[in-house]
Amino acid sequence: MTNVKTRQLSVNGVKRTVDAPANETLLETLRRIGAVEVKCGCEKGDCGACAVLLDGEAVDSCLTLTGTVGERAITTVKGLGGAENPHPLQTAFADLGAAQCGYCTPGMIIATQSLLTNDTDTPDEADIRLALSGNLCRCTGYTKIYDAVLDGARAMREAEAAK
Amino acid sequence: MYANFDLLVPDELDQALTMIGGAKTAEDCAPLGGGTNLVVDMRASGKAPAALVSVARLPGLRGITIAEGTVTLGAATTVSDLLRDPRMLEVGAAMVDGSRVFAGQMVRNTATVAGNICCGSPAADLVPPLLALGASVTLRSAGGERTVPLDEYFTGYKTSVRRPDELLTSISWPVPAENSASRFYKLGRRKGDAITMVGVSVLVGMKDGVCSEVRIALGAVGPCVFRAKTAETVLKGKAPSPELVEQAARKAMEEAAPIDDVRATGAYRKQQVQVLVRRLLNQTIESLS
Repeated sequence: MTNVKTRQLSVNGVKRTVDAPANETLLETLRRIGAVEVKCGCEKGDCGACAVLLDGEAVDSCLTLTGTVGERAITTVKGLGGAENPHPLQTAFADLGAAQCGYCTPGMIIATQSLLTNDTDTPDEADIRLALSGNLCRCTGYTKIYDAVLDGARAMREAEAAK
Repeated sequence: MYANFDLLVPDELDQALTMIGGAKTAEDCAPLGGGTNLVVDMRASGKAPAALVSVARLPGLRGITIAEGTVTLGAATTVSDLLRDPRMLEVGAAMVDGSRVFAGQMVRNTATVAGNICCGSPAADLVPPLLALGASVTLRSAGGERTVPLDEYFTGYKTSVRRPDELLTSISWPVPAENSASRFYKLGRRKGDAITMVGVSVLVGMKDGVCSEVRIALGAVGPCVFRAKTAETVLKGKAPSPELVEQAARKAMEEAAPIDDVRATGAYRKQQVQVLVRRLLNQTIESLS
């Protein structure tokens, strides 16, 4: 076993103390401490199922060593919202049938949130294709997902304008 | 993860240089950038250096500076940083082309420019643009630093002149002269999330009706990314014509030495070098006239 260190992580706004070996990925750590909404797919940065936000930027948690996360705020899809208080993107994905088996959905929503907050809040189809090129869906095809992104982005802009 | 290693996370560059300073080989200690290649390789092979020094978040190592006619990228600048800086279109359009077809969003948010160079993959998507732009890299060790033209950096398949005790700390290139343009095209199976079958980047500068500057770089058609220098000389100092472009494209094809692999045959790659060099030269020259 490689060196184990006690690390402080900020997961969805909650401080968590974890003992993580040097070679543990953030994906492994998060699922071990119960954040199983972060999905394990390819474990090589191709599929995007494990995406989380680090200080608001989407990364593949399977490629991130827990020891390099430091102070950065980790946000999983549950940190954006849940059944009681859904995020506009979650509502849009549900309403427009953008999920079938649902395994890719947490990563799709995280990648979309990163697009809308870091790159553009008014994405066109080319922006969406570029932003979701690292997220694979094997059920629906991507048409409904792109529709949900457009719809969710519109809902987020409207919510922002109503503030 | 199945590979064992020690993970060192320095706060300052000097600490990182001390940590890596004792390395005699890359198996002793290696720099860890975004990890988007290294972590995958370690998981696949079960092998890792004894220690990794995390350099992706060292202060001062991330950022794009344009000053005194030089573009400088800190080693930890990410691919997404390049896409989010509108100045890049002016000073390195080929880098924007390369960044847009680079893996997927999460990898672009994490992968560093230095990491793309240091991995040494012949299919690296930022290396052909950097060669076309005439980039140099700064290598630093506890004992000092040196600057190496990227053109002289690679020595073969995943090998380079970087010593195990050195860190690649920055990448720079001259701001392209007026009336010049650069492009990159990646031939892959898909638009996103694909490994390059052939990558071509060109830079052409025009002055007084002749090609004053021509650089052509080829990816995934040799043991490392390289410049097709015989092809460059066909156009350099001459007024461009369809015949000369065709000749340059043929020379570039002759310089390519691709292998057959799961993505494409060598013969197909060679043919595509000719097609893509011709196409990019034509597009670049047309955009200038």
